[in-house]
Amino acid sequence: MKQDNPNEILNDVTANEYKYGFVTDIETDIIPKGLSEDIIRHISQKKGEPEWLLEFRLKAYAYWKTLEMPHWAHLTIPEIDYQAISYYAAPKTKQAPKSLEEVDPELRKTFDKLGISLEEQMKLSGIAVDAVMDSVSVRTTFKEKLAELGVIFCSFSEAVKDYPDLVKRYLGSVVSYRDNFFAALNSAVFSDGSFVYIPKGVRCPMELSTYFRINAANTGQFERTLIVADDDSYVSYLEGCTAPMRDENQLHAAIVEIVVHDRAEVKYSTVQNWYPGDKEGKGGIYNFVTKRGMCKGDHSKLSWTQVETGSAITWKYPSCVLAGDHSVGEFYSVAVTNNYQQADTGTKMIHIGKNTRSTIVSKGISAGRSQNSYRGLVKVLPGAENARNFTQCDSLLLSSDCGAHTFPYMDIQNDTAIVEHEATTSKINEDQIFYCNQRGIPTEDAVGLIVNGYAKEVMNKLPMEFAVEAQKLLQISLEGSVG
Amino acid sequence: MLKITDLHASINGKEILKGINLVVKPGEVHAIMGPNGSGKSTLSAVLTGHPAYEVTRGSVEFYGKDLLALSPEDRSHEGLFLSFQYPVEIPGVSMVNFMRTAVNEQRKYRGLEPLSATDFLKLMREKRAIVELDNKLASRSVNEGFSGGEKKRNEIFQMAMLEPRLSILDETDSGLDIDALRIVAGGVNKLKSEKNATIVITHYQRLLDYIAPDFVHVLYKGRIVKSGGPELALELEERGYDWIKKELGEI
Ligand SMILES: Nc1ncnc2c1ncn2[C@@H]1O[C@H](COP(=O)(O)OP(=O)(O)OP(=O)(O)O)[C@@H](O)[C@H]1O
Ligand SMILES: [Mg+2]
Repeated sequence: MKQDNPNEILNDVTANEYKYGFVTDIETDIIPKGLSEDIIRHISQKKGEPEWLLEFRLKAYAYWKTLEMPHWAHLTIPEIDYQAISYYAAPKTKQAPKSLEEVDPELRKTFDKLGISLEEQMKLSGIAVDAVMDSVSVRTTFKEKLAELGVIFCSFSEAVKDYPDLVKRYLGSVVSYRDNFFAALNSAVFSDGSFVYIPKGVRCPMELSTYFRINAANTGQFERTLIVADDDSYVSYLEGCTAPMRDENQLHAAIVEIVVHDRAEVKYSTVQNWYPGDKEGKGGIYNFVTKRGMCKGDHSKLSWTQVETGSAITWKYPSCVLAGDHSVGEFYSVAVTNNYQQADTGTKMIHIGKNTRSTIVSKGISAGRSQNSYRGLVKVLPGAENARNFTQCDSLLLSSDCGAHTFPYMDIQNDTAIVEHEATTSKINEDQIFYCNQRGIPTEDAVGLIVNGYAKEVMNKLPMEFAVEAQKLLQISLEGSVG
Repeated sequence: MLKITDLHASINGKEILKGINLVVKPGEVHAIMGPNGSGKSTLSAVLTGHPAYEVTRGSVEFYGKDLLALSPEDRSHEGLFLSFQYPVEIPGVSMVNFMRTAVNEQRKYRGLEPLSATDFLKLMREKRAIVELDNKLASRSVNEGFSGGEKKRNEIFQMAMLEPRLSILDETDSGLDIDALRIVAGGVNKLKSEKNATIVITHYQRLLDYIAPDFVHVLYKGRIVKSGGPELALELEERGYDWIKKELGEI
């Protein structure tokens, strides 16, 4: 197995460039650029949506128009012209494919290049994959097997058609369209995404996985993921993202909402590798994402694990609302920035229930001229007796031109709370690299080893299938950054 | 195999090595002794290519190649090994992963296929036995939290794994307890052959009791000021360095 051969992983990695930067030559159905009520109606109509969903979109749009883009993050964001973006692009297929054979061969090639051969996935790894290309969910594998257990794993659009009550009940219940600028925008124009429902008492027997890919030019991607884990259920969900290399910036503004009921557990893992732009900082994805989970039930648990290597700009704070008593929230993050990348990422842990616990481990790695910020909020409300939080954020600097920043906020309104915060900043050690060199390990591989070692605590939280890819990514994204 | 000619090197503009000459042949053991700060570790760092040092004059030939033109990793691949005076900790990187990368990089350089997981683990087991390195240490992160003695033992374990043609042992004896010294020195002896050579940097005869040197050199203020046979080390042990300083007209 590849997993037991970390060395092979390192040897495998020879590409210096972003290797997912290809464009798929596929007929795409793109609506005209710009944002207006008409465009929203158009999207809704294209998708054959019910009236209530159109209403939801229009309300969100009306609210979004009253907002201004936020500027509190430690980011330099160029002016974005929201009228220059096309809000819907879909690979053209006559009809939704019913089986793998019906999926457009070009599209399948794309996913093969990404290393997600749908067939392989189906047969070998037992992972159910939903692949979202541009805005539309292409195919969900393994549906039948999951259906036997009552697990619903489908595209958001299908869920709207087939499970309208569930969608209606939970949509916007964790991330309201009023939450923030990008949440409002997403709520107005979201085109597809994934929907997961795990019924009471079911342990989902396989990892559920979504791959997002932006392909078409001048488009934004606005997907929505909604995960509901009913009482005593368990699911591990994986998300991966890549995009072609393009000179212009592309906007990705997603929403992930998670609801965790009594004694249920959700693990959400992300390997984010959107195109980061070139060495001079040209192009790349703007990744402005709202991710939040509600630990609604007593003894519920939500873990976020993220490995962020991509995007020109990242603005992302996967959060846990710990409403149920004894509920647990976790956030494990590795964020790598190189060249001119900027990342402002972290989490919010909102303690509402009694005896709630949260853990935050953030590892920032900065190279080149990049800027890497951790921003975290730990909030303990008056009713949250005996809340516990442990936060550790470490920064590793690989160059003298990069920046690492930490913005921990605490708002403690109950004095039984115990909140601990540890932070370290270190530079990559020349003697460590030389020690590796002396044993025959070249500097690039040495940096890969050292950085992976530094991030190990977080990498260990990833499911096996992702850990290998994530290790490679750390290595690739830092190539040429020391020396 | 190794020919050092008039080697000068400096760090931060300060000259530390001031004209070293030394020839080492296969099968030989050379001991380098000398007071603190005389440049012994500097010599090993320069030979292995530490980037902080600048070679300002002289040449080093290793098996006919210009050693100083090679990258540090290629010097290693050519068979040069340094047991560090202060081994470095690399948190989060397991010894297994580290050694596996090192061994396979070396194999790649020599045009060999990487070792399979099974073969590699077998090799680890074999080599661990040579220095009686605890399996628990081998499964931990590189040197992280190792005691001083454990670190030194781990260096010789790595030497066993990489089977170098020339090993430089920089104060490998310091930090080892009496039993460990015997075991580790025994390990070094087991690895000795007609084809490889060892440079032992040490302050004490006790290591040389186990690893018998063919030649002993005194390094002082960046120069080799005296060379002799094993008896020179015994004399130093007895008399210290003052008599040498006197010979040099310093006292
Ligand atoms: N970065 C540096 N800047 C200036 N001088 C340095 C630097 N690094 C080492 N030196 C000096 O170089 C000299 C030689 O040091 P080296 O470590 O080679 O000595 P050594 O012979 O190995 O001593 P010991 O027996 O104590 O290990 C010392 O005087 C040391 O202070
Ligand atoms: Mg020394």
